[in-house]
Amino acid sequence: MSGNAIRDTFFEECEELLEALVEGLAQMEEAPDDLQVVNAVFRAVHSIKGGAGAFALDRLVTFAHTFETVMDKVRDRDLSVDDRLMALFHRSGDMLSDLVAAARDETPLDPAAEGELIEALESYLGPASEEEEFSFDAVSLDLGGDTPASLPEIPLAKIADSAPDGAATGPASEKTYRIRFTPTRALYENGHEPLLLFDALAELGTLCVLLDLSGLPSFDAFDPQDSCLDWTLLLTTAEPETALDEVFEFVEGLCTLEITTAPPPAPTEAELPTPDLPQPAARPAPPAAESAAAPPPPKPEARGPKPTLRVDLDRVDRLINTVGELIINQAMISQRIEELDLPTVAHLTNELEAYKLLARDIQEGVMAIRAQPVKPLFQRMSRIVREASDATGKKARLVTVGDSTEVDKTVIERLADPLTHMIRNAVDHGLEHPERRLERGKEAQGTIRLSASHRSGSVFIEIADDGAGLDRAAILRKAREKGLVAPEVELTNPEIDNLLFLPGFSTANQVSNLSGRGVGMDVVKNAVQALGGRISITSIPEKGTTFTIVLPLTLAVMDGFVISVAKETMVVPIASILETIRPNARDTHVIGTSSEVVKIRGSYVPIVDVAANLGLDAGDADRGGSILLLVSTETQGLTALRVTGIHDQRQVVIKSLESNYAAIPGVSAATILGDGKIALILDPDELIKLSRLSEPEGTETKLMPEPGHV
Amino acid sequence: MTTKVLAIDDSRTIRNLLRVSLENAGFEVHSACDGQEGVDIFPEVDPDVVITDINMPNLDGFGVIDTLRSGPNRTNVPILVLTTESSDKLKSRARASGATGWIVKPFDDASLVSVLRRLTGHVS
Repeated sequence: MSGNAIRDTFFEECEELLEALVEGLAQMEEAPDDLQVVNAVFRAVHSIKGGAGAFALDRLVTFAHTFETVMDKVRDRDLSVDDRLMALFHRSGDMLSDLVAAARDETPLDPAAEGELIEALESYLGPASEEEEFSFDAVSLDLGGDTPASLPEIPLAKIADSAPDGAATGPASEKTYRIRFTPTRALYENGHEPLLLFDALAELGTLCVLLDLSGLPSFDAFDPQDSCLDWTLLLTTAEPETALDEVFEFVEGLCTLEITTAPPPAPTEAELPTPDLPQPAARPAPPAAESAAAPPPPKPEARGPKPTLRVDLDRVDRLINTVGELIINQAMISQRIEELDLPTVAHLTNELEAYKLLARDIQEGVMAIRAQPVKPLFQRMSRIVREASDATGKKARLVTVGDSTEVDKTVIERLADPLTHMIRNAVDHGLEHPERRLERGKEAQGTIRLSASHRSGSVFIEIADDGAGLDRAAILRKAREKGLVAPEVELTNPEIDNLLFLPGFSTANQVSNLSGRGVGMDVVKNAVQALGGRISITSIPEKGTTFTIVLPLTLAVMDGFVISVAKETMVVPIASILETIRPNARDTHVIGTSSEVVKIRGSYVPIVDVAANLGLDAGDADRGGSILLLVSTETQGLTALRVTGIHDQRQVVIKSLESNYAAIPGVSAATILGDGKIALILDPDELIKLSRLSEPEGTETKLMPEPGHV
Repeated sequence: MTTKVLAIDDSRTIRNLLRVSLENAGFEVHSACDGQEGVDIFPEVDPDVVITDINMPNLDGFGVIDTLRSGPNRTNVPILVLTTESSDKLKSRARASGATGWIVKPFDDASLVSVLRRLTGHVS
């Protein structure tokens, strides 16, 4: 793993930690005394600091350190959390996220950006930071409260140990230390090994080791766990005494240690066991070896973050594409076998069915690779709510539901901007000011509810506020001013609400610097539609406004009805079909010159002839006798699509029409069928919209760009 | 013979860093992502030295030391504590609990390796 790869994983891990941080802070709001939650937050900040230190990201380290220190006080119950401190934590979390992003992308960040926050955090720490106590420097004190992120200085002075040249005294700078070293039992128990200490000393200079065996008891009184040996060491070195202290740093307190400057060693001393270092006789046998009979270790369970594998997105997409081909291939085989017209195919059909299920399993599995929980996206929104409430002086909190709902990665990415915009709108336009909310008997703090769920093969995302609801009079007035609605036309409430989605429509009386950035709801709508989704709006005065986004689960495959229209084979997304009807001739009626309706359970539903709208010649034979697909669309209401026949229900692989041919109005994409033919996938919503536009004048079309709900 | 290291840290970044610098220095590295996992795999790995973080979920570094240094299966294997704090309080607590040594994060490869060498006698 290269340095860059480690760096990358660090930032990846930061993302996870920041996520955990945001989540932890949200939980702290609910349960500020839950030590586990506080601990989780502390650990997240702490781990970011630890990693950042390794990459010398000093700003990040300094900020994380201050943050962590305050968090530590909370953890130690030295500090209780109030609203103000909680808000500070949230802002610090945001800042940490900014600092991480700046470090990752190497983008410049205002050098004073975090200064104010650091001051605010430090105000909770009391006058003197404890850590300064052991800055034992004789040099001028460094101002600035930040802790010296000191690198451990373990002198490993590998003296190019030239043999002490002749003279026993050596160079003037050399000194001889006499070290009396008596280890305690705890020294061995803590995993130390005198031999290794002597090795370290020997690296500093010339070492003489004298073993004192006098403490060794007779054999029957001998306890191998006890420490019975002590040593006298003579070290001649040019290194300062602190170098010796470093060697003994870890064993301080675990032995009796006397270091004195001694006269140069007199090599006269008898039996100097210089090279033969004493056998570490006192070293107790490693008990680990005895524990062979211990029960087998429990299988390590997966703990901490789940193991993950980083894969290039290209590879996944290639796989998805191949699986798409597999499904097409499976359909082709089925069709070929059917065409063979074999007498007994029951067993073959069974196998084929199994093949189909397997192909679908594989496909779902592959799609799941691309699926990601919406949680990180939702979590980012809490920051948007915070910033928006700060900017508007409103009080708002974000409640998220269904965080773990998984959605295609591309969808999540492309949803970020629209969602940000809508959340800002919800605070800026949706919620009332606190005073006004209190007047109306509401809580001063407004709630934005962001939820995600899977329903019938689609992903539903709702953004709901508990504000005043849409000001329909103002919307209508604005639309008339802008000439979007003719003065005499009366609109229903849903129709008025849908005006918000018209291009260039902005309700804010004064453009606030928050949501009035030239992006209207039409941009949001386009973004959602580009993902194959729909957006709708409902609003109740004084109760609030809810936007609902419905998205397909995947962008690559969908369940469809294979139908024929005139002589063409086409596909209609199954999700949009409510039911299929073969109407009696007496139930269909022609209204005016060409509009047709069908009576279904007592109500009349407009019929849209698919062939006619696509410019195909259906022939008169189709009239009245063919099949109707009842579809409900988000914007066009209930409508019946007239088609010639229904053949099959199957999963189709979506192939972009734009990238292979060109966009066709009313058609969303294409697919390849089992027989290798290309079939168009219809977009019922667009198709119905088209039909309304082509209707002769005098019908119900009230709005030019887009009719509202029926 | 290679020297086996069991590195316990909940930060993937730190585990990666440890793995890279120690493998470069000729150690055999095994990792665990929290104290409990570290203690669980200890018998199987049978390391020559343990490196552990202090602040971890499930079982923290002191918990790791306590577990390894107590009970019938106690071991005298050197345990090196990785910490961001350099306070004397922490050091004495680590020593009292049975740690062999400590190193302050951020660490540089050379000093880490030299400390390990001093604890294990490992020759690169």
